[in-house]
Amino acid sequence: MSTVQQSPALSRSPLSATGLSNGRWSGFTHLLSARMKELRREPEVVFWVFVFPLLLALGLGIAFRNKPADTTAIAIVNGPGAQRALDLIQHSGRMSSIHVDVIDQAQALKGFRLGKYDLVIEVGPADTLKYVFDPARPESVLSKAEVDDTLQTAAGRRNPLSTSSVISSEPGSRYIDFLIPGLIGMNVMNAAMWGIGFAIVDMRQRKLLKRFVATPMRRSDFLLALASSRLLLMIIEVGLLLGFGVLVFHMRVLGSVLGILLIGAIGALGFAGVGLLTASRAQKIESVSGLINVVMMPMWIFSGVFFSYERFPAIIHPFIKALPLTALNDALRATILEGASLAAQSGRIVVLAVWGGISFALALKLFRWT
Amino acid sequence: MSVAVECRDLRKTYDGKVEAVRGLNLQIESGECFGLLGPNGAGKTTTIEILEGLLEPTSGQVTILGHSWQEHPRELREWLGISLQETRLSEKLSVRETIELFASFYREPRSSDQVLDQLQLREKADAWVGKLSGGQRQRLAVATALVGNPRILFLDEPTTGLDPQSRRQLWDIIRGFQQHGGTVLLTTHYMDEAERLCDRLAIVDHGQIIAEGSPADLIARLGGHHVVEFEASGHHNGAAAERWRGLPGVESVRQDDGLVCLTVREPHLTIPALLEAVEEQGSELEHLTTRQASLEDVFVRLTGRHLRED
Repeated sequence: MSTVQQSPALSRSPLSATGLSNGRWSGFTHLLSARMKELRREPEVVFWVFVFPLLLALGLGIAFRNKPADTTAIAIVNGPGAQRALDLIQHSGRMSSIHVDVIDQAQALKGFRLGKYDLVIEVGPADTLKYVFDPARPESVLSKAEVDDTLQTAAGRRNPLSTSSVISSEPGSRYIDFLIPGLIGMNVMNAAMWGIGFAIVDMRQRKLLKRFVATPMRRSDFLLALASSRLLLMIIEVGLLLGFGVLVFHMRVLGSVLGILLIGAIGALGFAGVGLLTASRAQKIESVSGLINVVMMPMWIFSGVFFSYERFPAIIHPFIKALPLTALNDALRATILEGASLAAQSGRIVVLAVWGGISFALALKLFRWT
Repeated sequence: MSVAVECRDLRKTYDGKVEAVRGLNLQIESGECFGLLGPNGAGKTTTIEILEGLLEPTSGQVTILGHSWQEHPRELREWLGISLQETRLSEKLSVRETIELFASFYREPRSSDQVLDQLQLREKADAWVGKLSGGQRQRLAVATALVGNPRILFLDEPTTGLDPQSRRQLWDIIRGFQQHGGTVLLTTHYMDEAERLCDRLAIVDHGQIIAEGSPADLIARLGGHHVVEFEASGHHNGAAAERWRGLPGVESVRQDDGLVCLTVREPHLTIPALLEAVEEQGSELEHLTTRQASLEDVFVRLTGRHLRED
């Protein structure tokens, strides 16, 4: 206590004025800056929020770019007629899109089972061809049609109709163009759900929420600071992913950056509401982790992050379109890829706002600070 | 002297079943250090959290500095400094950042530098909370309570789990706050802490106050002045207990696993008579000590249990 007695400033009564005073927004700014510092100092957060989506985009972008859709790998079973079939393909002029291995039957069938080959051809006596293919595998069906066409044409078939083709692989219609907006949407959802839901339950479990409400802190400031930290991070996340798409994959962004950020902000706030609701009662981080995954799972599957939801039966499309992530992904894709105006996205924005608004209202009713 | 904290007929029932607090009355004067002493589960934390406005009582009234929680919650929060049991502050913030964060919630906080100096955390100002020792964390918890420049300090088991040196440091800080005019309410299950720190204390058991007064007063009233403890070979039965009770100056007898504890007023009269009685009985004294009575004796006398029994 010697330091205390030496310091004249401390000899005053604790009941006296301190000469310091805080303004209305002091609590909010300190909460926000504390939150941002905590996030920056947490290596896991930096990885999952910033690095992971970029790795995902890079990996998927490369995987789907290096394998053009029209390349097919087939195996011809080694036998008396195998050489003739190989010759026909080699002289067809389509060798660039068909990869052929001539191997024995067991190996060929094993490779087919493992997905290495899309098609296996067994050449019987008198040039009879037997195709082994799987009607449930689109690439197998495609391969059979193409290889059969190639072989028949090379063997002398004449086509009754004349045709011509135009190749279209403009930026904007590739898989990576579809993927990046989906990844942005998913990232906004993940980050908001974890950043709000998990953070709140963690603080509740540590009794930090209780400690905060034991001070004159405004509870609205606390929630506002959490939401603001989400918005700041969202801007960085969207910038990173879009910038990555443009620089690495030469993606073309047709919509305005402001419009994209605005949609991102509405999405982030909407999911912040859902995250808050998820976290309103849970006492343990284990239980809220489960809840967050249960809430997000259907959207990972249905909302068109990695593939279009058009693949699902039309009858469930209204349900899929009512999901907030679907609305966010569709709005982001329309804005980024087609340059659609915000006004054209009003329906999707309403979906996001309704989800966020109802969740927030419910969360305020249910929320437990202690 | 004005009343800082008052509660009347406080009751708290959890889920309609568990009665944690059962009609508790309390009056704490301004400038006092008041202790709630009791074993784990006695209702201390529930009581202090109701007084702090963090829990709604099932019934009863709470007045802090003349105001109620319903009418003036914001003002009361400005006037109270609180340290909860086991709050885990953010590990990735520094000590200074944590103190400044808490300071930002108050209209007129103290300067963070002053508080850092007072709690001897200056050297650790830029260290992350996650790197602090138990004693340093506890001092930081008290720092977040003091930085709001409170009039009343509520501390829930502030020294539980700390080493002796850290405990003494915290005692000094609490005394310093009190010397500058502050009021302190603390809960503890450490006897020595209550005896040294508190002007008055209330012993709580099963959600009720079973005794109240200054430590010296409680000991004199309920503990006897001295305790004579001994062990004698031979039989230990009711008849023996009666014989000990009949010795001069003995106020009460307690048998504890072969050990006999006599609370006595005048040991110089009791001890010779005791030696004689043991010899008469044909048994031998195996062990004999005398000591000043403590709050532990008061507690055992009142409840038949030790304070820190688990």
